Amino acid sequence: MEFETVIGLEVHVQLATKSKLFSAAATTFGAEPNTQACAIDLGMPGVLPVTNKEAIRMAVKLGLGIDGEINYESVFARKNYFYPDLPKGYQISQYELPIVKGGHLDIYLEDGTKKTIGITRAHLEEDAGKSLHEDFHGMTGIDLNRASTPLVEVVSEPDMRSAEEAVAYLKTLHTLVRHLEISDANMQEGSFRCDANVSVRPRGETKLGTRTEIKNINSFRFVEKAINYEVERQINVLNNGDKITQETRLYDSEKNETRSMRSKEEAEDYRYFPDPDLLPIIIDDLFIDAIRDTLPELPQQKFQRFQQEYKLPAYEANTLANNIELAKYFEDTVRHAKNSAKSIANWMLGELTAHINRDNLETIACPVKPQHLAMLIKRIEDNTISGKIAKTVFEALWNKEGEVDEIIANKGLKQITDNTEIEKIIDTIIKNNPKQVEQFKTGNEKIIGYFIGQVMQTTQGKANPKQVNDILQTKLKD
Amino acid sequence: MTTLSEQDIRKIAHLARLQIPKDELKVHGENLTKILNFVEAINTVDTSDIKPMAHPQNLAQRLREDEVIETNQRELFQKLAPLTEAGLYLVPKVINNTEEE
Amino acid sequence: MHTKSIKELSKLLHKKTISCVELTKIFLERMEKYDSKLNSFITVTDELALIQAKNADKRIAENKTTPLTGIPIAHKDLFCTKDIKTSCGSKILDNFISPYEATMTNKLKQAGMILLGKTNMDEFAMGSSNENSFYGHVCNPWNLQNVPGGSSGGSAAAVAAYLTPVATGTDTGGSIRQPASYCNLTGIKPTYGRISRFGMVAFASSLDQAGPMATSAEDAAILLNHMSGFDVQDSTSMQEPVLDYTATLNNSLKGVTIGLPKEYFDENLTTGVAVKIDNVLTELERLGAKLKEITLPHSKLSAPAYYIIAPAECSSNLARFDGVRYGYRCKNPLDLEDLYARSRGEGFGDEVKRRIMVGTYALSSGYYDAYYLKAQKIRRLIADDFKRAYEDVDIILSPTTPTPSFAIGNSSQTPIEMYLNDIYTIPANLAGLPALSMPAGFTEGLPIGVQLIGNYFKEANLLNIAHQYQQVTDWHQQIPEGF
Repeated sequence: MEFETVIGLEVHVQLATKSKLFSAAATTFGAEPNTQACAIDLGMPGVLPVTNKEAIRMAVKLGLGIDGEINYESVFARKNYFYPDLPKGYQISQYELPIVKGGHLDIYLEDGTKKTIGITRAHLEEDAGKSLHEDFHGMTGIDLNRASTPLVEVVSEPDMRSAEEAVAYLKTLHTLVRHLEISDANMQEGSFRCDANVSVRPRGETKLGTRTEIKNINSFRFVEKAINYEVERQINVLNNGDKITQETRLYDSEKNETRSMRSKEEAEDYRYFPDPDLLPIIIDDLFIDAIRDTLPELPQQKFQRFQQEYKLPAYEANTLANNIELAKYFEDTVRHAKNSAKSIANWMLGELTAHINRDNLETIACPVKPQHLAMLIKRIEDNTISGKIAKTVFEALWNKEGEVDEIIANKGLKQITDNTEIEKIIDTIIKNNPKQVEQFKTGNEKIIGYFIGQVMQTTQGKANPKQVNDILQTKLKD
Repeated sequence: MTTLSEQDIRKIAHLARLQIPKDELKVHGENLTKILNFVEAINTVDTSDIKPMAHPQNLAQRLREDEVIETNQRELFQKLAPLTEAGLYLVPKVINNTEEE
Repeated sequence: MHTKSIKELSKLLHKKTISCVELTKIFLERMEKYDSKLNSFITVTDELALIQAKNADKRIAENKTTPLTGIPIAHKDLFCTKDIKTSCGSKILDNFISPYEATMTNKLKQAGMILLGKTNMDEFAMGSSNENSFYGHVCNPWNLQNVPGGSSGGSAAAVAAYLTPVATGTDTGGSIRQPASYCNLTGIKPTYGRISRFGMVAFASSLDQAGPMATSAEDAAILLNHMSGFDVQDSTSMQEPVLDYTATLNNSLKGVTIGLPKEYFDENLTTGVAVKIDNVLTELERLGAKLKEITLPHSKLSAPAYYIIAPAECSSNLARFDGVRYGYRCKNPLDLEDLYARSRGEGFGDEVKRRIMVGTYALSSGYYDAYYLKAQKIRRLIADDFKRAYEDVDIILSPTTPTPSFAIGNSSQTPIEMYLNDIYTIPANLAGLPALSMPAGFTEGLPIGVQLIGNYFKEANLLNIAHQYQQVTDWHQQIPEGF
């Protein structure tokens, strides 16, 4: 039987506020344990939460970024359960009335296909602390520094059909929150965390299959691996005639497997109810519009503009638009070479990205500056150098060997455009390869590639391939 | 009429993380049953059109500016703690896998 | 000296007829001498009191005073007081020394008051007799065999026996007014949000309010002036300006319309109490007030709704007491579950456990709509009843409790009977309205209280009526025998 995968994602985005969601303690990452946990974060007796306005602003910003509906009235609710990293015995979250209702993100796959992923809701909640399981004489240590750090949980519709789509969605959301400057979205530090709801169903079936929730996936790569593992596991279970158990599963990246944490029967009864310490959050259009006015150009808008203004194909436009640094680099380069947007995009997604990745650099720190790349492309277009030679020049630029023209001159990379010089070389080659000349004349026109290769070898790539081809055609047909 | 069995009490007590000695389950069951029957009176009125009231005030929440005011008071707070080490609160080993809620 | 009003004491202190240290010593000696009979204090802060008194004397010498400078007070042990044990009457907080100060107690400290100690109470303010305390029951100064009421029973007994001039209490369903009534005091629960809840350990957050307990409306008014006000640390605290509640005490009652809800004069009300209420009404009419019968049709549902909402909130509020960061932790826990269940099981008393379980049940999956949500809807009906009533009347008057105080050990066995003590006081908490209880006379040697419920932020009206009544009666000046 052929199966279809259905995926919905729940992403926890840590908001980049200075202070906690409900207290005035700092949110800095990496502080000594429990030095940033104040009486409120510790759930001491008698203390009360007071909500951080900036967290509300950031959540609204996200809501606008996903084209969601901002609820004029939203309510904090208590989610009750006992766990040592949850000091109050409840987490303040939003349940029936989240701050953002609905919304969507457009994702673009490698092949350029666009897909719209629905977003059910985005709500504000406080983070829990951390349990440290290293051995404290067989005990667990609790650090509550992270307790009450603001999070927005973005819940998608079950609209994704493959791990690839899930990763594309995550990356799009990741870029968005960074564009909006509401989160550093650092996955290693846990400020962008993902749980995946995964199910499979026979292709053609409209009812959803029983799903499992995979927790603890902390990189894009693991999201893909965890989902693929889980899909395969579920298909095996079904093919064996068994049923999927609705449960929470934990992804173990070392073993690349998911394993059961707890089943639905063991699931906690969270006893949600409106937090009596916190009145409803009331937001008006004035508040929303003021935030709307501060929104930067969003990746989606940038994507549209790159396609229209620069005539970039969807894939290139999307890749550039979704990376703040790359997008800026691109437009800076275009400013130096107005009509070469497409070549610039190709160079950026090819050589530039490859070098950046190879040396593990930030785009901003890359030694080839926008004006360099623009000049390099100009030199290809005015036939000073060939595309192939340009790669040599790029490498030299990367190694900071000088400016473009300097490198071309110093290395003698200028293209040979003088006909007589090329003709001379070609004549020699024709003379030395009678067998191949014969083959050409008896109809094997493909052999011309061999001659071009010979010419390029002799000129060390400095001849213009088109020019060489033209001359060869004439000479061989003589 | 609602009647809570010893089994119900056990379940509720577990949810609330309260140890109830076996010989007290019965009397707790009886008391809770009495209380639940006392509060049943709320069902004598139709409230289908009534908006629930969570707060005595019909007001919006006041918000705080994003400022760090709190300072490190770990030493003071941990003086109150039954068991700490290296600045951490200690609890019996959590067997459940690392959970991110 | 110990029976004088705040105003009189303040005058004597300012005239230096007596020093703050001397005055404080008088009350500390009375506590020493009489509290063994009452058990009204959990903690006595005698050393601190004398230091504070010395400072107060200095302030008087420097002429930097308030009307409360040098006046001793006792706080219910539900308020966090920095560096002082704050137990909430519970074993689970028996070792809890608060690292911070409640906003309200801090205001009184800043006003120059002297803290004598922390008073006994029903565990986490759950109870109406003060029998649910880890520190033992409290006796009523008017009859040592009887309860002082609860949950602010320690504060009530201490003020009634003149061990302190005034005390603070908290009121979630009547915990200031009912003990005030049982101990012949004037106690007021202000409008919800009037006094900051920061540092007041929560029982039911949407119902809890602090308030003063005193021997007269005037003393209560002076104290309320300094307890009230907006607090940035409490999201539910109100920005409404604080009035000077003493300024209107002498207003005439001419033209004041008093509503008498017929539902409050029901079959639960004992004759002894009913007769005294009638006498109060006669007196108020003589002072110029007009009486009007009104109806609050959903009154009967108040207690049932309350006994869902309060336990539901408490089940969540008390989840933080888990033996991890502070408070009682059981010996040798086997595992995490055992740590939680035993620390809580051993640390909480029976009534607290009962309410946590009721609340847990009312919020649990499958029951939420039928219990909690339904109770919240009833709550609105009750609040709406009051809203309608205040279109016609200025104030609502009722008995505070159906009966006078009862014998210790009498109703501990049946929670429901105990719950019925609060049937007249609960509605004001559900609606968030201010309400006051004042002495209305005695029946068989036991004090009776009458309750006044005002519209939102009309504390001044309540205190005005009580004060005017106290100008023409002397119930509030009676002193229990042996004290």
